[in-house]
Amino acid sequence: MTIKKFMFVNRKAPYGTVYALESLEVVLIAAAFEQDVSLAFMDDGVYQLKKGHQTKGIEMKGFEKTYGALEDYDVTKLYVDSDSLAARGLTADDLCVPVEVMSRAELGKMMEDQDVVLSF
Amino acid sequence: MLHIVNKSPLDRPSLDAVLQTAEAGAILLIEDGVYAATKGSAGEAKLKSAGGKFKLYALAPDLEARGVADRVMDGVTAVDYAGFVDLVAEHKASQSWL
Amino acid sequence: MKFSVLINEGPYTHQASDSAYQFTKAALAKGHEIFRVFFYHDGVNNATRLTTPPQDDRNIVNRWSKLAEEHKLDLVVCVAAAQRRGIVDEGEAKRNGKDATNLAPGFRISGLGQLIEAGIQSDRTVVFGD
Repeated sequence: MTIKKFMFVNRKAPYGTVYALESLEVVLIAAAFEQDVSLAFMDDGVYQLKKGHQTKGIEMKGFEKTYGALEDYDVTKLYVDSDSLAARGLTADDLCVPVEVMSRAELGKMMEDQDVVLSF
Repeated sequence: MLHIVNKSPLDRPSLDAVLQTAEAGAILLIEDGVYAATKGSAGEAKLKSAGGKFKLYALAPDLEARGVADRVMDGVTAVDYAGFVDLVAEHKASQSWL
Repeated sequence: MKFSVLINEGPYTHQASDSAYQFTKAALAKGHEIFRVFFYHDGVNNATRLTTPPQDDRNIVNRWSKLAEEHKLDLVVCVAAAQRRGIVDEGEAKRNGKDATNLAPGFRISGLGQLIEAGIQSDRTVVFGD
C-alpha cells in the first residue's frame, strides 16, 4: 500500500467541542492503515494534552488516556508549538505524553513536507 | 502549500497562525476569512507585514456576498471557485486552518 | 487530477457544506475526478433526507444527492459520527433497532477508513469546516 505523510493539525481545545476527540479517532485509523502519521498541536490545541483531565463532573468521556496509547499504534511524532504553550502558561511538564516542542517556523517546515494535512 | 483561511482575523487567530507558521506558498481567504483582505482593516496590516512572503488570494463570491468586493487591498487576487480548484491543483497539498 | 473533499460541519449553520459543494462542482466542471466526499463530525447532518428548507432557500441535501447522481459521486458518511447524530440507513436501523431511516439518496454510511483511503488515493484532499 502507498504510504503517505498524514499530518493532523489540532488547534482546538478539548470538551468544549467534539473536534479533538473525533480527530483522535481518525489518527488511530490512519495508523491502522500504516501511514506516516504526525500530530501538530498549536493555539488552543495544546490544551488537549494538558494532563489531569477529570471529566466525571461534565459526564463526558475523557480521552486523555488515548494520547498515551498512541505509542502502541506507532504514532510517536507529536509536535507542540512552544509559543502556544508559553501563551497559556504551560510547559512540556504539564503535558500527558512526551512531545517535541518546537518553534512555529520549525512546525511550518514539518507541514511543508506533508502529503495530506487534515484539520477538524 | 496552499493555506486556506475561513475566519475573520478579528474573530480567531487563524490568519496569525498561518503568517507566523507557514514557510511560503499561497494563502486563499474564503468565507469570513475574506474580511482580512479589506482595505483599512486590521487584516490588511497583518497581510502587508508578511511582506510578499505569500501569494494572496480571496474568493470573489465570498467578497461579493459580504459587500466588500470593492474594498480588496492591493496585492490580493480575487478568484472564483474555478480559480480555487486551480490553486488546489497547483500546490502539492492544501491546509485548511480550522 | 483526483480530488477528495472532507466536510466537518452540518448544513445551514456553517458555510462549509456550501463552499465544499461549489468547490466540488467547479472541480467537476474543469474535468477533475472527485474520488470521494467524506462527511464527518456534524457534517453527517448533510445526509438527512428529512431536511425541508423554505422554498426560497437552497436545499443543501438535495443538491448533494443530485450532484452525486449526475456525476456518480461517492458521498460517504462516517458511521460513528452518524450513529451519534441519528443519521440512519436500513442496515443501521436493523442493527440498532431503530424504527426509521433518514439517509438521503446518493449517500452511503461507512467507516473512517474511507477517509484515510481517500487521502491515500487522491492527488489532493481539501478540508471544509469551522
